Amino acid sequence: MAGKPILHYFDGRGRMEPIRWLLAAAGEEFEEKFMKTREDLEKLRNDGSLMFQQVPMVEIDGMKLVQTKAILNYIAAKHNLYGKDIKERALIDMYSEGVADLNEMILYYPFLPPGDKEGRLAQIKEKARNRYFPAFEKVLKSHGQDYLVGNRLSKADVHLTELLYHTEELDSTVLANFPLLKALRTRVSNLPTMKKFLQPGSQRKPFDDEKCVEAVKKIFS
Amino acid sequence: MAGKPILHYFDGRARMESIRWLLAAAGVEFEEKIMKTREDLEKLRKDGSLMFQQVPMVEIDGMKLVQTRAILNYIAAKYNLYGKDIKERALIDMYSEGMADLNEMVLLYPYLPSRDKDGRLTQIKEKSRNRYFPAFEKVLTSHGQDYLVGNRLSKADVHLTELLYHTEELDSTVLANFPLLKALRTRVSNLPTVKKFLQPGSQRKPFDDRKCVEIARKLFS
Repeated sequence: MAGKPILHYFDGRGRMEPIRWLLAAAGEEFEEKFMKTREDLEKLRNDGSLMFQQVPMVEIDGMKLVQTKAILNYIAAKHNLYGKDIKERALIDMYSEGVADLNEMILYYPFLPPGDKEGRLAQIKEKARNRYFPAFEKVLKSHGQDYLVGNRLSKADVHLTELLYHTEELDSTVLANFPLLKALRTRVSNLPTMKKFLQPGSQRKPFDDEKCVEAVKKIFS
Repeated sequence: MAGKPILHYFDGRARMESIRWLLAAAGVEFEEKIMKTREDLEKLRKDGSLMFQQVPMVEIDGMKLVQTRAILNYIAAKYNLYGKDIKERALIDMYSEGMADLNEMVLLYPYLPSRDKDGRLTQIKEKSRNRYFPAFEKVLTSHGQDYLVGNRLSKADVHLTELLYHTEELDSTVLANFPLLKALRTRVSNLPTVKKFLQPGSQRKPFDDRKCVEIARKLFS
């Protein structure tokens, strides 16, 4: 296990942010190599570093891993954030995939043409309030425990906490009717590793703004 | 572990087919409850059987699992198709996710409006020949082993075999320059469980035709 993981991406949330959150929650320090130009992406491609010519890519433990879910699953397993057996892992996967479906709408939002944004925002609000948040509130209510699965922290809690913050940025009252989700978010946020990550100056990225969208257009189109 | 798994879906490939393939490869007998009408879907929703109101859903080992990846990962772990350690699992995940990206284009193809089909077909041909199939051919070339990871069958080999058949249905010469992929497909196809599944009369579904698309429209819109 030589050296810190290195994250290859542009300087924005995009698809890398859940990886930053999970590494931070696990207390694993990491470095970032930011792509700024098309040439930066082409160099990684020409080096043979990107199995499918795409980022995110994370150098970790001698591997050059691509595909967000592969990276997240590895980090979770390495740091015991993946439950104690295959049934707990199935629940963690099911919850994480639901989070990912809503997150897909949210992470794309800044990169949509202006004309599409209103419709997408309405869809995000509707799905968060009527499909996803009720499902997770119901899980917490059903067992009354502090975490989603197995009475201990897992990747599912970290992904959900990140999602709750990011959804609230777009819809400030979205958590009004979900007291257990709010409590979970507070609990996870107060863990020492998370608390540190949530402070200014950490590697957590702000909302993907216009400058970020411009940079991405240059690199990827 | 009471009874056979029960798959809840409509009578088509779409997002359930990779689950059928993996269960079959693992030698697991399963039942299917085929949804035909909107009411069938609403009944499952009202029962509280669908965590995010969506199918696929698989009843297995006392759980009602939704989200394709959660279901596939559970089956793979249960039947030792997920590698021997977390690093092998990371490779299996990375390869499976790449396949899922191509498969997403392939599985949605029958459901596209007619005017979008040409463009999507071109995209599928381009991505398989230039991005995905070269990547997997390169893996097999690099170690010269019979299977993608760890010199033994894993979920990655099963997903790839299915993908190779389905891509070839849309592009009959796509495998021309990929001898090791062809050899892998033959090898996996000759395993007793897979051989049985490939014979007529099995639970393998044919290409999603117009009738199938009509039913899906009725169920899901």
